[in-house]
Amino acid sequence: MRLLRGRDLVCQQAVELVTDYLEGALPRSARRRFEAHLAGCPHCTEYLAQMRETISLTGRLAPEDLTPQMRDEFTDLYRRWQSEQQ
Amino acid sequence: MLRLAASFVPSRAVAEEVVQDTWLAVLRGLAGFEGRSSLKTWLFAICVNQARKTGTREHRSIPVADPEPVVDPSRFDASGGWSAPPEHWIEVAQGRMEAGKLADRIRVWIDELPARQREVVLLRDVEGMSGEEVCAVLALSDANQRVLLHRGRSRLRQLFEDEFREVR
Repeated sequence: MRLLRGRDLVCQQAVELVTDYLEGALPRSARRRFEAHLAGCPHCTEYLAQMRETISLTGRLAPEDLTPQMRDEFTDLYRRWQSEQQ
Repeated sequence: MLRLAASFVPSRAVAEEVVQDTWLAVLRGLAGFEGRSSLKTWLFAICVNQARKTGTREHRSIPVADPEPVVDPSRFDASGGWSAPPEHWIEVAQGRMEAGKLADRIRVWIDELPARQREVVLLRDVEGMSGEEVCAVLALSDANQRVLLHRGRSRLRQLFEDEFREVR
């Protein structure tokens, strides 16, 4: 992400930084500028809240996990293999 | 795992085959598993490999460094500030989710994401894997994983906004 050094972020740049911000992947200076922008920008604050909500709503879909039976079979298999290694 | 496989191949029947092949590969591969990754990560990685071997759905180049913006540029003014700011939708969406009327919609939206974004969003946000695990499963760099996640989540956010703007 290209940032204009030493200048305030504009909204159009801020929205591109949201994921890196949430992932903790922004360098400290960029993080500070992002937070400074949010502090003065209700729209970007709303945007960030909407991205968090998007993640939260998506996270409420039931993950299609192993069925309990598959999990048991697999765990057995794994344990057996583990004991063979010893 | 079926849903993950289905994101690579054209039909549910093929996806089921992939899942079966995955179990076979699991049996054959047990000796190669040395506790380096969690069981789930390892299993999903095998599944992805199996599905990619079988998969014909999309042959993918690597558009990861795509500079295309995630928000329509026409929503900003010349100085880069919002001219059409985000419309509120959080409360309405939460209500719909509680009422059980949104989950299927979100699944459709995720299905319609470009394949690589879909994989990352499924594993990160639906399956709840860490970024590190997703990089391992999909053989992605950390930076590429974040770009795909950013594009996928941003697209979903836009779809929520579109959906609930229409409702009002």
